[in-house]
Amino acid sequence: MLSIERVGRRFPGGTEALRDVSLNLSSGDFVALLGPSGCGKSTLLRLIAGLDQPDSGRLVWDEGHEPTPGEIGFVFQDATLLPWATAEENVYLPLRLRGVSRAEAAPRLRDALARVGLEQFAKARPRQLSGGMRMRVSIARALVTRPRILLMDEPFAALDEFTRHKLQADLLALWEAIGCTVVFVTHSIYEAAYLARRIVLMTPRPGRIASERVSPLPHGHSRLDPAYATLVAEITAAMEQALGPADEPRGPQDQAGAAGHVRDVRSCGGEGPA
Amino acid sequence: MRREPLALRAAPLLFGLLALVLWEGAVRIFDVPVYLVPGPIAIVGAFLADPGGLLLSLASTLLVTFVALAVAAVLGAALAIAMATSRLAQAAIQPWAVVLQVTPIVAIAPLIIVWVGDPFTSLVVCATIVAFFPVFANTASGLAAAAPELADLFRLYGAGRWRTMTLLRLPAALPHFLTGLRISGGLALVGAVVAEFVAGSGGFASGLAYRILEAGYRLEIARMFAALVLLSLAGIAINAGLGWIGRLLLRRRGDSAA
Ligand SMILES: Nc1ncnc2c1ncn2[C@@H]1O[C@H](COP(=O)(O)OP(=O)(O)OP(=O)(O)O)[C@@H](O)[C@H]1O
Ligand SMILES: [Mg+2]
Repeated sequence: MLSIERVGRRFPGGTEALRDVSLNLSSGDFVALLGPSGCGKSTLLRLIAGLDQPDSGRLVWDEGHEPTPGEIGFVFQDATLLPWATAEENVYLPLRLRGVSRAEAAPRLRDALARVGLEQFAKARPRQLSGGMRMRVSIARALVTRPRILLMDEPFAALDEFTRHKLQADLLALWEAIGCTVVFVTHSIYEAAYLARRIVLMTPRPGRIASERVSPLPHGHSRLDPAYATLVAEITAAMEQALGPADEPRGPQDQAGAAGHVRDVRSCGGEGPA
Repeated sequence: MRREPLALRAAPLLFGLLALVLWEGAVRIFDVPVYLVPGPIAIVGAFLADPGGLLLSLASTLLVTFVALAVAAVLGAALAIAMATSRLAQAAIQPWAVVLQVTPIVAIAPLIIVWVGDPFTSLVVCATIVAFFPVFANTASGLAAAAPELADLFRLYGAGRWRTMTLLRLPAALPHFLTGLRISGGLALVGAVVAEFVAGSGGFASGLAYRILEAGYRLEIARMFAALVLLSLAGIAINAGLGWIGRLLLRRRGDSAA
């Protein structure tokens, strides 16, 4: 549905966030973008959402069919709800911005809240909800327009382990039920291995695709499945290969950044540094 | 709202009462003449000697204060919104707002009184100048306070400037506006009194500041104190009232823990 072709992004300050990133997304994919902090994962997600433009390369959508507002759902690390609005009003926001009347939206709001298990909390304000519940509202808000593609930027990173496991399982069930494409940014190997059908590993800044792995796990797998542990181990190995040894005194990132710089020379393509 | 323990709530009252008793006692023991430092009882006596005159003056000062506060609130919010909407407006307005803030009102009050002519209007103008900045600056920072992710969300769904303003930036600015309004309320009173002082000799003889000046000339120090007490009480009431209105509005809206 989308092919990302040799996309690069350099910010005005001189930070090169992405270099030469190519990735194909097909309909119904669940892709995890996995990489260290600062490697450009959020930048890539924002490019896909159209919130930012690449400096080089391009994004080609299905037969030139650019997504219209509402065909893309976005879930941020924080729930980013309007604090003065109820859960239901927050979920209504995307439809309201698209000019849908409240009456027309009502059944869709009920449906979206029910999908995330919050039908009892339609009238609650964000401050009355727990972190996990707020994130559920945020997911309902992203789903209410029935997007073709759902972009999630470390949505569960701020939650406790128990809540995170529950939300991960619920997200998988949701994805299987509605079948939209999901791009899920995370820096947790466990999360990527558990959720995704494809795990895309990125290098430290400037972010490039280091490797990709298709999940061998069956649908509806459990965390106790030995194949899950194997996958985690494989991804860890791939990551160490991409980052260099993980026990450098100043953390792996700086070291790997330097190594990445050497590799840049051959992968740099047409454009040189500004 | 959770209640503080009784002792904590009663503490300021008891402390104030104790201070009053000590004050009255000291004045009596040392036999301080009433034209130097009157005791609390003498002050109450001075108030009761002419309550109508003092309360009328208070009303006059409060009228200036509230009109000035209303003008400052409308003007401050409007200019902050204009600045948030257009870079050009921001470039044009911001430096002048700062100029207005750093100019001492006592220095320009005589000029304003001469230029404006009408006494009531010139007092309102002075008080407005003093009250303007907090409500303006707080609203401006509130309009920029919404999380950038929320602004992204609005862009994602193709919201224009108008929708982003009415559904995101204005509601996000409300608590900041209310904070600014509360600060401006106290300042409007200060501005009104300062302007009355400057104008006092110029003939607009009705505000509390004028009563203070007048009592000073006549060495009616107890009456002077009575006017002063009325002023502080008015200041406290304005502050508490605006705080209460603010909390009420936010609680109605459902986003405050109060
Ligand atoms: N608007 C911007 N202007 C300048 N630099 C930016 C901007 N946005 C991101 N960057 C820089 O680009 C790099 C990549 O940022 P990005 O947020 O995409 O990383 P990330 O992989 O999402 O990291 P994290 O896991 O910490 O969220 C970082 O060094 C960041 O400082
Ligand atoms: Mg990020």
